[in-house]
Amino acid sequence: MKKAAFIYSPEQLGYKFSDTHPFNHKRLTLTMDLLKNINALHDIDIVPARVATDEELLLAHDAKYIEVVKKAGHGELSAAQCESYGIGTEDTPVFDNMHEASAQLVGGTLTAVDYVMEGKAEHALNLGGGLHHGFRGRASGFCIYNDSTVAIRYLQEKYNARVLYIDTDAHHGDGVQWSFYEDPDVCTLSIHETGRYLFPGTGNITERGNGQGYGTSFNFPLDAFTEDESFLAIYEAAVREVFEFFKPDVVLTQNGADAHYFDPLTHLYGTMNIYREIPKLVHQLAHEYCDGKWIAVGGGGYDIWRVVPRAWSMLWLEMTDQPMPSGALPKAWLERWQPEAPVPFIPTWEDPTPLYEPIPRKAEIEEKNAQMLIKALHIIRNEKR
Amino acid sequence: MIVEEIMNTEPYTLAPHNTVREALKLMRDKKVRHVPVVNEELHVVGVITERDIKEALPSSLQDEPPNTAILQEQIANIMIKNPLLGHPLDFVEEVALTFYESKIGCLPIVSGGQLVGIVTTTDLLYTYIELTGATEPGSKIEIRVTDTPGVLFEVTKIFHEHHMNVQSVLVYPDAENAQNKILSIRVKTLNPLAMIEDLRQQGFDVLWPNLPGVSSS
Repeated sequence: MKKAAFIYSPEQLGYKFSDTHPFNHKRLTLTMDLLKNINALHDIDIVPARVATDEELLLAHDAKYIEVVKKAGHGELSAAQCESYGIGTEDTPVFDNMHEASAQLVGGTLTAVDYVMEGKAEHALNLGGGLHHGFRGRASGFCIYNDSTVAIRYLQEKYNARVLYIDTDAHHGDGVQWSFYEDPDVCTLSIHETGRYLFPGTGNITERGNGQGYGTSFNFPLDAFTEDESFLAIYEAAVREVFEFFKPDVVLTQNGADAHYFDPLTHLYGTMNIYREIPKLVHQLAHEYCDGKWIAVGGGGYDIWRVVPRAWSMLWLEMTDQPMPSGALPKAWLERWQPEAPVPFIPTWEDPTPLYEPIPRKAEIEEKNAQMLIKALHIIRNEKR
Repeated sequence: MIVEEIMNTEPYTLAPHNTVREALKLMRDKKVRHVPVVNEELHVVGVITERDIKEALPSSLQDEPPNTAILQEQIANIMIKNPLLGHPLDFVEEVALTFYESKIGCLPIVSGGQLVGIVTTTDLLYTYIELTGATEPGSKIEIRVTDTPGVLFEVTKIFHEHHMNVQSVLVYPDAENAQNKILSIRVKTLNPLAMIEDLRQQGFDVLWPNLPGVSSS
């Protein structure tokens, strides 16, 4: 059995809105090139992503919506016809063959699921996936099809599995949460910047699920300007306690890399430290509770030069039990990409310290986050007593 | 917005001869705190609230065996008689003011002398949440503007130029300076950056979101 499978097909790069759109899958190319440069990713590790069938997409989406996405991507619909489906907007513009490219991102996550559930690999990674804002009948926030929702339903139907979904993107994982809001056999956990100002606005601790699913939806909204220490304290307590409470058969993690200080769209103050630690804990708990079954997908991440390649490389290194890198980034990689990058690279795996000016209300922010954690976990801590 | 758009048109009701025990059971089972009391003609004769019942019940802190005779009593004896009533055509803003000023939590809505619905503080709160646009995915932007005619137009012109769909606009007074107003605008986008930059370039004081690296004001 492989330690881990790296799911990728060049067709996944076809998920491209425009040259200026913040969501840019050039991140995949940059990450893979960085990994190859340090000799941590080999052709034998790479498994091509399949294309999700219509039947599979229907696990999470309306037939009418899929039809609209297909037609829009072939130039057969007017702007007005797309509008109520959330496509053709500034966030999610129409692009050629948008259905095909989107179905390949979903297919990649399904390939990852099959690899892990059929025992071909302990873990599997599809960095092209993680489009957590997609809704049943509507695109939202750069996301057309919701690969995680499709994959979780697929895990339920084909493998009868109990799934824990962990989302560390700086934006709330709303699409996935609402898909399983009433389902007691899927637990969703999202840790994100508070939705008071940031998109999508949801992800309050009071969103705990509904009906049978009450108590299997967890949200940990962090204050803007939250730094590494507080982020990791919340993350570790939340993930550990929810794992212990839910006891999943398999864990699916969404690894958006937009909680970093450099990310242009969010206001969290994480550094590379969080991307070193996040996969470590899940890896350990996946072995403890799920016999190792861990599927990881990508997500947000809008500083595609300085943040995402390093963060996602560390995710793959952790999945494959390779030593965590330190010190200088490979010279060849820096020299190859610096001419294209609009910002100077951080030339090392670690961020320089300090990366930013001290935050004025650091202690209060940490205190507020700690209080939030207590309230959010109250429901399971109470049950244990 | 008028009351009939937000009221619950199928409220639970009780009759004056129902017992306190029955009222308590209904409130617990249906998770409600206020129940209109109606006679056979559906005329509202009172309102019974969870608080009235709690006040009538003996304290659970007392040592002697509690006297539960009160549970047998008819609610007519402890209900609020002649409660304030509303009409389906009342304005929601007026109802909010009534709740605030009279310190009450519900308003039975009566038309043609009969009960047709109920509005509670929870309904009003949800209406407020909808007004802020928080039920749909979006980003919020707060801008401090001078309190002069035409400002809102100048601001929304920039939203229009960026093809941004506005979900809600709230205007409220600036606590620091009476000459200013704060605009709180919710837009359907994950990426408000270019628009914020334009707003700043045109001299608007964008309070939030701050760009990363810029300290909070």
